[in-house]
Amino acid sequence: MIKRLGYAAAAPVIAAIVALAFSAVVLLISDADPMVAFKAVLKYGSQLETNIEALNRATALYLSAIAVAIGFRMNLFNIGVEGQYILAAFMAAAVGAAIKLPPVLHVGVIVLTAMAVGAIWAGLAALMKITKNVHEVISTIMLNVIAVAGIVSYFLSRWKVPDPTLDTRLGDIPPSGWVPSLNSWVEFFTRDIRRVHLYGFLLVAIVVGIFYHVLINKTRLGFDLRATGANALAAEASGVSPKRTVLTTMMMSGAIAGLVGLADLLGSAHNYNLRFAQGLGFAGIAVALLGRNNAWGVAIAAFVLGWLERSSGVLAVQGDAPREIVTIMTGIIILSAVIAFAVVERRRLADEVRTAAAAARELAT
Amino acid sequence: MTTLLRDRKRTRMLSLALSGLVAISLVQQYARFPTQDLTSSGTWSIAVAWSIPILLAALGGMYAERSGIVNIGLDGMMILGTWFGAMFTILAGPWVGMLAAAIAGMLGGLVMAVATVTFKVDQVIAGVALNLMAPGITRFLAEIHFTDRGGSITQSPTIVGVSGFSFPFLAGGNLFGWKSPDLLGAVERTGFIVISDLAGILRGFFFNMSWLTLVMILGIPFSIWLLWKTAFGLRLRSCGEHPTAADSLGVKVYLYKYYGVLISGLFAGAGGGFLAIELSGLYKEGQNQGRGFIGLATLIFGNWKPVGTALGSLLFGFTETLRLRDQDAPHALLLLVSVALLALAFFAIFRRRRTTTIVAAALAVLIGFAYFTTNGVPDQLPKITPYLAVLAVLLFGTQRLRPPAAEGRPWSKGET
Repeated sequence: MIKRLGYAAAAPVIAAIVALAFSAVVLLISDADPMVAFKAVLKYGSQLETNIEALNRATALYLSAIAVAIGFRMNLFNIGVEGQYILAAFMAAAVGAAIKLPPVLHVGVIVLTAMAVGAIWAGLAALMKITKNVHEVISTIMLNVIAVAGIVSYFLSRWKVPDPTLDTRLGDIPPSGWVPSLNSWVEFFTRDIRRVHLYGFLLVAIVVGIFYHVLINKTRLGFDLRATGANALAAEASGVSPKRTVLTTMMMSGAIAGLVGLADLLGSAHNYNLRFAQGLGFAGIAVALLGRNNAWGVAIAAFVLGWLERSSGVLAVQGDAPREIVTIMTGIIILSAVIAFAVVERRRLADEVRTAAAAARELAT
Repeated sequence: MTTLLRDRKRTRMLSLALSGLVAISLVQQYARFPTQDLTSSGTWSIAVAWSIPILLAALGGMYAERSGIVNIGLDGMMILGTWFGAMFTILAGPWVGMLAAAIAGMLGGLVMAVATVTFKVDQVIAGVALNLMAPGITRFLAEIHFTDRGGSITQSPTIVGVSGFSFPFLAGGNLFGWKSPDLLGAVERTGFIVISDLAGILRGFFFNMSWLTLVMILGIPFSIWLLWKTAFGLRLRSCGEHPTAADSLGVKVYLYKYYGVLISGLFAGAGGGFLAIELSGLYKEGQNQGRGFIGLATLIFGNWKPVGTALGSLLFGFTETLRLRDQDAPHALLLLVSVALLALAFFAIFRRRRTTTIVAAALAVLIGFAYFTTNGVPDQLPKITPYLAVLAVLLFGTQRLRPPAAEGRPWSKGET
């Protein structure tokens, strides 16, 4: 048990140490005192408001990472979460602004639209894979560009509404389609929160996390999925249809990807505009890699990266160092984590083989 | 037997190219808005230049995949190339810039090789991690080095590439100060259908070409020589086909995989550098736009061989020129695509590929309908054409392919 925990914790700890060391070096190169910078980040990052913002960011990152993780579990690389969530949020925003419905129902329709659009867009990549064996990494990257630079850009220019500040945007979603903030829940335990709102979509992310955990570990589909990921040939021989699994997995991944942009859209923006957050899909890949596709691990990784992003803002404000240090740090964390996981995993396997061999010897004597 | 097969293949390729030429020629002549742009030497000289980054990415991918490593990280290596290319062009001129770009790409390759060969990380994951890391690095470096040089955190100041030239006689270039006759240009200007179109396309390869482009094109014969005519190439390819067999014959498999990925990074970095220095005239965040992935698709299209890869990159380079031209050319292209899809559907009937027939015919009708009911195309269409072309090629153009047998699998010494 202790050994298992040790192996599970080893890789993230190694990755964190390497990343910290690298960041210190980078800070030194850019003429900043690493200790001063780290302290500033810690101080700013321990404020309640910063943590609320970090949680908001983590909500989107978590959904994105779960979408990626579902695919990863069966060696299916959905690099297209980026395009899927932007397209889905755009269409959902358009639908949400166009219809009139009572409060809860309105949100429901928006959410379902987003999930359907995400699932269809991801499903295209799955269809190309199962009919023509087009690798999903290439097809989803192409679909990303087609979705964002093609479809969203085209319909945004056609459906945009006049705006006093000359912003290019879709119409507003009426308040019946908003998700209320959770500030009062937090304030009950702490103090008054200034200027920021904790997105109610956090609850949706938690539900999705539970769904993911149960799906992967407790259902037939989850078993098929993991079996295909571990050994595709063996899984097929035991009756798992690879084509159907690819299609279902990819569409589920896309459906969850569709939720990514909604935290922001329904929580604070209330319309689709040019400032809509991009890059969450790619960040989600990083989070899934760090969290090892495990519901809890991904949650921790999402919060850590969200927190780093928010707290690092203080570096630029105080002039200690460019805040882009975080983008480098994230990259280094991912790469060292990926390598550390591979090394630790090999050690663990070797250890398992050794124990098994020792046990077999004991039995023989 | 093989020569016979090769001859038949050559005849088929030639007839395909010829019918394609006739189709283009007729379509642009008799389109609802006639245009010369699909075959003008101006368009094709741009197409040649814009195909270079894709060509370099694809050749880079070829070295890695031939050694057994699928290099998803090409895109990240290109991004490193764009930044370092721009930076060193500012410091020491475009040639040094290209060299720096190639070396930066190679450093990306080193990271990739350490992760995949030494630590045996899943190749797709390592590549994705590199792609996530590269934009972070360039953004950080841009913040430090470009903001006080008249650029910003997302772009460099403008830079000047290498000068261009035209070939003497073929395209009217200067020969020791004497202006030679422009033979292809003269034919192009005659306006004979098909013939002047062919001259226009050919002239695109010989006129107003930068010296850098010429050097990069030499990457094709160089790769053929290095991979297929030397012992080094044979060993490298053997690692991608059957590493255990190669190992048993004394090939240092790990070392050759390192070579493969390093050369891969070298080419990809040069591709990024070319994009920044020669084509864009500056480094700009996000300018690479997934060209590494287009390069991977080109490699598949070219069946992991240099000549096919070169043709593929020319095709994708051509689709990029549509952004830079007026509305009529992309609109006429709709008709061409529709005709091509009809032809595909027609031939698919004989091969009894029912799905292909139906899908191709339906798309042909749809695109043809769009052509006849519109007077232009939305601004977004030319921008996404290269990406649509990649999907189309992967969906319809990839039968009888043979990738390196052992690519994508992590290999450890001693396994059987």
